[in-house]
Amino acid sequence: MNRSEKIMQKNPEQSAAGGFRRKDVRKIKKAAAEEKAAPAALDREQDKDFFGQTLSAKEVNLWYSSFQALKNISMEVPEKKITALIGPSGCGKSTFLKCFNRMNDLVPGCRVEGSFFIGKTDIYGRTDVNLLRKNVGMVFQKPNPFPMSVYDNIAYGPRTFGIRRRAELDRIVEDSLQKAAMWEELKDRLDRPALGLSGGQQQRLCIARALAVAPGVLLMDEPTSALDPISTGKIEELCCELAKSTTIVIVTHNMQQAARISDKTGFFLLGELVEFGNTDDIFTAPRDERTERYITGRFG
Amino acid sequence: METRKIYQEELAGLKDELAAMCRLTETMIENAVRALVTCDRELGKKVAESDRQVDEYETDIEKKCLRLLWKEQPVAQDFRIISTALKMITDIERFGDQAADIGDLVATEPAGEEICLPHIAAMGELAVCMVHESVDSFVKGDETLADAVIRTDDRMDELFVAVKNDLVEQIRINRESGDRAIMLMMAAKYLERIGDHAVNVAEWTKYCRTGVHQKF
Repeated sequence: MNRSEKIMQKNPEQSAAGGFRRKDVRKIKKAAAEEKAAPAALDREQDKDFFGQTLSAKEVNLWYSSFQALKNISMEVPEKKITALIGPSGCGKSTFLKCFNRMNDLVPGCRVEGSFFIGKTDIYGRTDVNLLRKNVGMVFQKPNPFPMSVYDNIAYGPRTFGIRRRAELDRIVEDSLQKAAMWEELKDRLDRPALGLSGGQQQRLCIARALAVAPGVLLMDEPTSALDPISTGKIEELCCELAKSTTIVIVTHNMQQAARISDKTGFFLLGELVEFGNTDDIFTAPRDERTERYITGRFG
Repeated sequence: METRKIYQEELAGLKDELAAMCRLTETMIENAVRALVTCDRELGKKVAESDRQVDEYETDIEKKCLRLLWKEQPVAQDFRIISTALKMITDIERFGDQAADIGDLVATEPAGEEICLPHIAAMGELAVCMVHESVDSFVKGDETLADAVIRTDDRMDELFVAVKNDLVEQIRINRESGDRAIMLMMAAKYLERIGDHAVNVAEWTKYCRTGVHQKF
């Protein structure tokens, strides 16, 4: 793990809240400036060979100290599709999501058993976590742009991977904002602070920031739960557009959202994956009674 | 603890109303066939008039289904129940239409010689039975009963052929009975169509149980 990553991830909650202390900002900027990585590290094709875009979990068990949060979960996530994870709070869906870019590594007392593969790569094996997280981007519930300009937010990742040339960074920033469908609204405000944007814009900026390092997989943990219906709609459309080239796994409490945008849906309950299948089937004729009760709102 | 109690009551209410609509059409078919066999013009007229009530049921159930769709955005079994009800009322409304058509035939029939037709009475009985069981299979969620209805339709088709042969024979014997024979042929066709609509209802019951809509 490089220095900026360490600092950023020392306290994910803090960064999620946007509550950076000035000292941290200085550290982040300094660390970014000091990162040296191979310029070719942003070559998407090369990474794809390494990681692939299908996700596979086999017989996964996970404990937070003595509490077992995931129980014997196996799931095959198809590439370039949207997979939704649903279930009541505390059912383990976010925990499971975070395993795919090893965000749980940072949680004290967390122990993982079983295997996680992205493509043919065992991500809990001898994998470079930096490279893993570059390939597996993450968007959180609360928009968490860095306290920097719009431009610097997006250029942050590429800079970390050693891209210095202004023209190259300009191209990436424009490209990422285009992909996040916000180039037109932000092209004249690239030097403005990202924290001055609206909640919905901040969240799309975070997606653009994740896209800037060309990930093959995007993990989204309730990305629209803090947003109004219009911003939610924009993000949903964005997801569908991105799914043409990216594998997306999204945790959502909004059942209609899962029904609207996902190809596959997994229902979690008390750490178990109760049912996983085509979204069409899950929402019209689920096989398991517990899925039926949950999605029809019968759980009391 | 069960949640969404009001919603569940509304769903149950939907089934009750479908059952009531169905009972009305059963009575209509029974009366239509009785009017036909006994040449009771008054009864025929009464049957034709009660079609309005069936239409009212249809409009009311349709409204309730549409409201539940936008209000509850149902999924899974709830979605299947509501979409099934929405499709089913079209067929149940047709039960009423066909019965009313028979009633009309009887009411406007010129006086003529009576023809004894055991097969057409049997068609009437079978139609009532199929109508009842098709809707009952939905209300009770009984797939086996739905399968039985689908199979029974073959018997209905056989009876229709039998009635046709009876009438051809009747015309051969007595040319004067042609008018009435044609009227009876139309009535038989209506009853045969009721069987087809009952099969549709049974197919929707099966969809409601399995999530797969298969045409038989």
